[in-house]
Amino acid sequence: MLNPPERNDDANLPTAARDDGTGAEVPLSVYDLTVAYHRKPVIWDVGFDLPAGQLIGIVGPNGAGKSTLLKAVMDLIPRASGRVRVFGDTYRENRHRVGYVPQRESVDWQFPVSALDVVAMGLYDKIGWCRPVRKRHREQAREALGRVGIGDLADRQISQLSGGQQQRTFLARALVQDADLYLMDEPFAAVDAATERAIVEILRDLKERGKTAAVIHHDLQTVPEYFDYVVLLNMRVVAQGPVSQTFTQDNLQKTYGGRLTLLDEVTEAMRRRESSL
Amino acid sequence: MTGEPFVAWIGQMLPLGFSWSWGLDGWIVVIGSLAAVASSLLGNFLVLRKMSMLGDAITHAVLPGIAVAFLLTQTRSSPAMFVGAVIVGLLTAVFTEWIRGAGGVDEGASMGVVFTSLFALGLVILVQTADAVDLDPNCVLYGSIELTPLDTVSVGGRDVPRAAVVLAVVTVVNALFVLLFFKELRLTSFDPALATTMGFSSKWMHYGLMILVSVTAVACFESVGSILVVAMFIVPAAAAYMLTDRLGVMIAISIALAIVSAVLGHVLALSVPAWIGYRSTTTSGMIAVAAGGLFFAAATLGPRHGVLVKLVRRQLLSLRILCDDIVASLFRGEELEQQPPTATWLAGELFASNWSMKTALAMLRRRGEVADQDDRLQLTHVGRERGQRLVRSHRLWEQYLVDRAGSGAERIHDQAERFEHFTDRNLRDELAKETDTPVEDPHGRPIPDES
Repeated sequence: MLNPPERNDDANLPTAARDDGTGAEVPLSVYDLTVAYHRKPVIWDVGFDLPAGQLIGIVGPNGAGKSTLLKAVMDLIPRASGRVRVFGDTYRENRHRVGYVPQRESVDWQFPVSALDVVAMGLYDKIGWCRPVRKRHREQAREALGRVGIGDLADRQISQLSGGQQQRTFLARALVQDADLYLMDEPFAAVDAATERAIVEILRDLKERGKTAAVIHHDLQTVPEYFDYVVLLNMRVVAQGPVSQTFTQDNLQKTYGGRLTLLDEVTEAMRRRESSL
Repeated sequence: MTGEPFVAWIGQMLPLGFSWSWGLDGWIVVIGSLAAVASSLLGNFLVLRKMSMLGDAITHAVLPGIAVAFLLTQTRSSPAMFVGAVIVGLLTAVFTEWIRGAGGVDEGASMGVVFTSLFALGLVILVQTADAVDLDPNCVLYGSIELTPLDTVSVGGRDVPRAAVVLAVVTVVNALFVLLFFKELRLTSFDPALATTMGFSSKWMHYGLMILVSVTAVACFESVGSILVVAMFIVPAAAAYMLTDRLGVMIAISIALAIVSAVLGHVLALSVPAWIGYRSTTTSGMIAVAAGGLFFAAATLGPRHGVLVKLVRRQLLSLRILCDDIVASLFRGEELEQQPPTATWLAGELFASNWSMKTALAMLRRRGEVADQDDRLQLTHVGRERGQRLVRSHRLWEQYLVDRAGSGAERIHDQAERFEHFTDRNLRDELAKETDTPVEDPHGRPIPDES
C-alpha cells in the first residue's frame, strides 16, 4: 500500500474558531476540501479560515488549484469532500454576501452588450427574476464605472475596450454587487500599469469599508505590498497567515519548488491501475 | 380579398410571371414567417451561446420522438408529438453533455454520435410505419408548407390553417420566454459562472431553452421539415449578429430578417422557376436559400464584421497614408530647395499605382493642399502646414527611437515612417518633451516647429 500523501497538519487545521470571541464573523472557512477531475485530485484536504476585513492573496504555481478552490467554494464545481462556511453558514444561504470576479478570459468579449450592460449584471440578483433593468439600476452601474475610472466608456461594446478596461468593467460589476466577501480570479492578469494601480485602490477602498477580498495573484513581488494575509496553495495549503510571517523564502520554496511527488505518484499509480483493467 | 389590387399592382410593376392567391399564398407566407420568427427568437441565444450545432442536433434528434408518438396515437396533430419531441430533445442535450463528460470526447463528436443515432432510429421507425399509416418520410425531412393551408381548423367561425394556429402559439410562447427572461438569458449566455453564483442557474436556463427548441422544431416540422428548420434557427440570428452590437437590436433584426426571408422565399419559389420555364419549386427550400442570401449580404455589408466595410476602411486608410506621403515628400523637396516634381515622378518615388496616385491627388487638390503649376506639383499654404506636421512627427520619432528606445540609426526610418501617420498634436508634444525638445533628428536634419 502507498502511504497517504504527506500532510502538513498545522497548515490545514482551521486557525480560528467559528466564533473567535472578537465578534467578527469568519467570512470564509474551508475545512478538508478535496476536488477531483476524473479522479485526479486538483486540490486535496484544503483548509483555512480567512480573517475578516483584510485583503488576502491566494498564491501558488500554475495548476495549483487556485481557480478550482474558488469555484468549489461557490458550488460551481462539485467537491469530493469537505465543508465550506461563508459567514458561518452554507454558501447557498449567504450567496448574496459574496461577489465573484471571474477570470477575464472566461467570457466572450464579442458578446453584444455594452460595458454598462455588463456592470448592471451585478444588480440582477437584487432586481430578481423576470424584472427588467430600470433606469436607476443603469445609473448605479454608470456610477460604478466612474469609480473604476472608465465612466466615459459606459456605452462602448465590450470588445472595443482594452484588456485593462475590460478588467475594470468586471470590477465595477463586483462593486455594484455590494458584497461583504469578494472572490477574485486573477484580476491583475495582463493589465496595464494604470489599471493595476486602479485595482489596488479599489481593493484598499473595499478594505476601508470593512469588506474582505480573496484575490488569486500571480506576481509574487507585489504580494507584500498589496495584501495583508496570504494563502500559499499547491494542491494543499502549504502555509497561511499574515504576509509578514508567512510570505517567507522558505514557504515559497515549499510552494513552488518540488512538486508534491508522493501525490503525483499515487495518482499515476491509480491511472495505471485503471487503464490496465 | 382586400390585398388583391395590391398584388395585382405588384404583378404589373414587376413582371414576375406567377399567380398569387391570398387564400393559399398568403397563408403560406404567414406560416413561413411564423416558423422563421419562432425559431430565430431562440436562435439568437443558440448563436450567442455557441450552441448552434446543438440546435441542429436537437432538431434532427426529435424525429424518433415524433415517430413513436405518431405510431402510438396515429394522428399528426396530437400533443403526444410535442411531448415525445421534448423528451427526446432533452435526452439529446443530456446525452451530449454526458458523453462529453464521461467519454472525454469533445462536444462536436459527442453531438455527432447522439443526434445521428437518434435521427437514424427515427428514420427506421418512420420508414417501417409509413406503409401502415399516413405519414410521408419526405414530408418530415423537407416539410410541405404548400399543403399546410389545406388542413384547417375553425377559429372563431373562420377556417384557419392548423399549422398557423400551432405556430402562432409557439411564437407567442417563445416571445414571452425571451421577453420575461431577457435579463436571465443575457446573463447566463454571457457569464454562466456569475449567473450561477447569483442563483440564476445557467443549467436550468440551458434546459429551458432546449425544451423550447424541441417544441419549436416539432411545430416547424410540418412546414419546413427537420432539415431546413435549423436554417430558421441559426441563419437570421447569425446575420443579425453581424449587423449590431446590442442584444435587443440583434433580436429585433433577426425577427425582421426571418419575415423577409419567408416572404422572399415564397415569392422566389414561385417566380424563379417560372423564368426558366418550370413550375414553382419548394418554398421551404427557397426560404432557407433567401435566408442564406441575406446572411451573405450581412456578412459582406455589415458595419461590424462586414467584409466590404473592412475593405473600404483599409482602402481609405491607405489612401490617407498616400496623401500624407505626397505632402511630406513635397515638403522635404521644398526644404532642399529642389524643383517641384511631376506627378509621374512622385508616383514612381512612392511606389504608388497610377490609379491611387490620381485619387490621392484629386483629394489633395480638392482640399486645397496641393496646387498644379504647369505639370508640376506644389504645396499650398495649408498643404505646407500638413507637411510640416508630418515631417516633425517623423523626425521626433526618429529622435525618440534612438534616444529612448535604443534603436540603431539604420532601422529607425521605416518605423518613424509608419508612426508619423498616427501621431497627433498631443503625442508630438509628449515626444518633444521626452526627447528634451531637440532641434535636429539623428541624421542631423532640422526638426521643424509645430505649425
